[in-house]
Amino acid sequence: MQSQFTSGTPVVHTATPARPAPRQSHGVATWFKGHLFGSWAASVGTVIVLCLLLLVVPSLWRWAVLDAVWRSDFEACQVATGACWGVVTEKFRIILFGRYLFEAQWRPLLATCLMLALLVASGKRRFWTARLWALWPVVLVLSYVLMAGGTLGLPAVETDRWGGLPLTILLASLSMAIAFPLGLLLALGRTSELPVIRALCRVYIEIIRGVPLISVLFMASFMFPLLLPQGFSIDVLLRVLIGISLFAAAYTAEVLRGGLQAIPQSQWEAAYTLGLNYWQIQRKVVLPQALAMVVPGIVNNFISTFKDTSLVTIVGLYELTGALSLALNSDASWRPFKVEAYLFVAAIYFVFCFAMSLYSRSIERQLQRSATR
Amino acid sequence: MLHSHTRGPRRAAPKQPVGSWRSPAFRSALIQALAVLVIVILVFMLARTVAGHMQARGIQSGFDFLLGSAGFDIGESLIPFDSLQPYWMAYLVGLTNTLRVAILGIVLASILGTLIGIGRLSKSILLRGVCSVYVEFFRNIPLLLQLLVWYLLFTELLPDSQAPWHTGPFFLSKGGLSFPIPTWSTGLGWDMPVLGEYAVENGGSLTPEFLALLVGLSTYTAAFIAEVVRSGLQSVAAGQSEAAHALGLSRSQTLRKVLLPQALRVIIPPMTSQYLNLTKNSSLAVAIGYPDVVSIANTAINQTGRAVECIALVMLVYLSTSLITSWLMARYEARMALQER
Repeated sequence: MQSQFTSGTPVVHTATPARPAPRQSHGVATWFKGHLFGSWAASVGTVIVLCLLLLVVPSLWRWAVLDAVWRSDFEACQVATGACWGVVTEKFRIILFGRYLFEAQWRPLLATCLMLALLVASGKRRFWTARLWALWPVVLVLSYVLMAGGTLGLPAVETDRWGGLPLTILLASLSMAIAFPLGLLLALGRTSELPVIRALCRVYIEIIRGVPLISVLFMASFMFPLLLPQGFSIDVLLRVLIGISLFAAAYTAEVLRGGLQAIPQSQWEAAYTLGLNYWQIQRKVVLPQALAMVVPGIVNNFISTFKDTSLVTIVGLYELTGALSLALNSDASWRPFKVEAYLFVAAIYFVFCFAMSLYSRSIERQLQRSATR
Repeated sequence: MLHSHTRGPRRAAPKQPVGSWRSPAFRSALIQALAVLVIVILVFMLARTVAGHMQARGIQSGFDFLLGSAGFDIGESLIPFDSLQPYWMAYLVGLTNTLRVAILGIVLASILGTLIGIGRLSKSILLRGVCSVYVEFFRNIPLLLQLLVWYLLFTELLPDSQAPWHTGPFFLSKGGLSFPIPTWSTGLGWDMPVLGEYAVENGGSLTPEFLALLVGLSTYTAAFIAEVVRSGLQSVAAGQSEAAHALGLSRSQTLRKVLLPQALRVIIPPMTSQYLNLTKNSSLAVAIGYPDVVSIANTAINQTGRAVECIALVMLVYLSTSLITSWLMARYEARMALQER
């Protein structure tokens, strides 16, 4: 080859022929290969799952839909081989509203709608203003008045008759509304420079996070009456509410602490240099950034609290889970169809929690996008 | 006039006489002292109110009741127990029951959760989908509701104990699960369960309460563990396995020496908190009648009226478990931490 240069003939650069374009992989077969049988392990997984689905889905479909009884017909349910959704048609008023005054059930319904609207609005960035903060107590008090009655010409309904879905939502949103400011104070204390304050907050957070909610609820229902001066009595709903709030505050504090500690020290130094004091820095520099950062965590906390409200049935309140037992335990004829009723209640919980977790994930994605920009 | 740019004398540091009430040191001391004072007064007042109530209602206090005989039987226990034995024995039985279900639950949940977590990263869209559905389904329904459904399944929908389902030496019915247990009387032997006239006899057995709690806790926690495992595995950058491959490491070597050590560092802390959650959630046993420590305490409160003491004992049990675990975790993390710079 060297002779080319010595012989004086011109060097000719011929282009190498282009490589063939990668084979276009469209079509059903390629999709199956890539998505179902991509590797040895994936193929095994696909086959196992396929077998399981073929085994389970047809009989489940037959039970839940084809052979199911939908109207509230007790005799038909007994002879049917499928699910008896009639139990839901028959009992849904008790499951949804518990022992609440039957004629006045529009009141908890309206209160629930109000609270749901508030929650949905709180999820929208557009509404994140001071007015929303002010709206929370207003709506919660309004819902409470609607449910309790005794004013505005509404007949009074004692709190021990409240129940079902409105109670679940009320407990979850009220306790979160109380837990948030409390948790904020705890988080500020936990990150404070004053050692005694820091230690006190830390002890509270660690103790609460170390014990199960049920023991806090037992404490609330057995011990709170002893803590009040003699002659005062405390409503069971209020007791439970305080118990859940104290519990949720510790978890909220830990979420908030994560946000507070993510703010770099240099921001503090810069703000001090500008002459701001501790509270001004927190209010104008640190918290606005930290709070925006922890929204997903707070939403996840709310989901946990929402699920945790089911425990109040153990201390004698009939929220969604408790109302279900209330509806069926006393009625021997519908009792055999408890599984269907459980599935109905589970579906309600699922819809709420799943919607919130989708929301939490979308906020998380937004935050990641703004962080990488 | 000439401006001389000589350095002026250093300004003296602001005068802060020790003990001045405007000095930051004094102020912070004051705030902290006030906080302590407020809490002490609050605790003192609450204690006085409680004592007043107790006196008025004739409630006795103190832990001496622990030595008195319990007066109630416990459905299942690992150590022999009858109603004549003291309360502290009853608490011990409850504690062993809690630990039994928690330890078994942790093992089962870890296995199931790891499988599902890996399944969520599978190339098979079908397997991935089923695993995601599992996680979303179990995470978004309250555990209490799940436990109640499991309990219903185990106590009402299984066959009667006269006609149990059985595969080999395992019998499953409303009466629970029976299985063979090894015996060492004369060499290794097996104590086999047999189908008697009314129920399954001999062998080891688990009650439906225990089974419902175990299955409920494991399936619920597995959904959370699956997410922990998935995010842990995803946290190791893809470049790491490519680099390991380029260096000529085999697949198992890559997994063992490159991927796992890095993933475990991310996985282990949240995994521990899931284990603690499972242990705390086992307290829901009270709803389905499994005699764990909370349900024993509940019975004890109803019998003796010493709510403060009984709840304090329960909290002590969980708190010590949590604190010991957190302490061990902190040590472990310190050892595993990356030695940077």
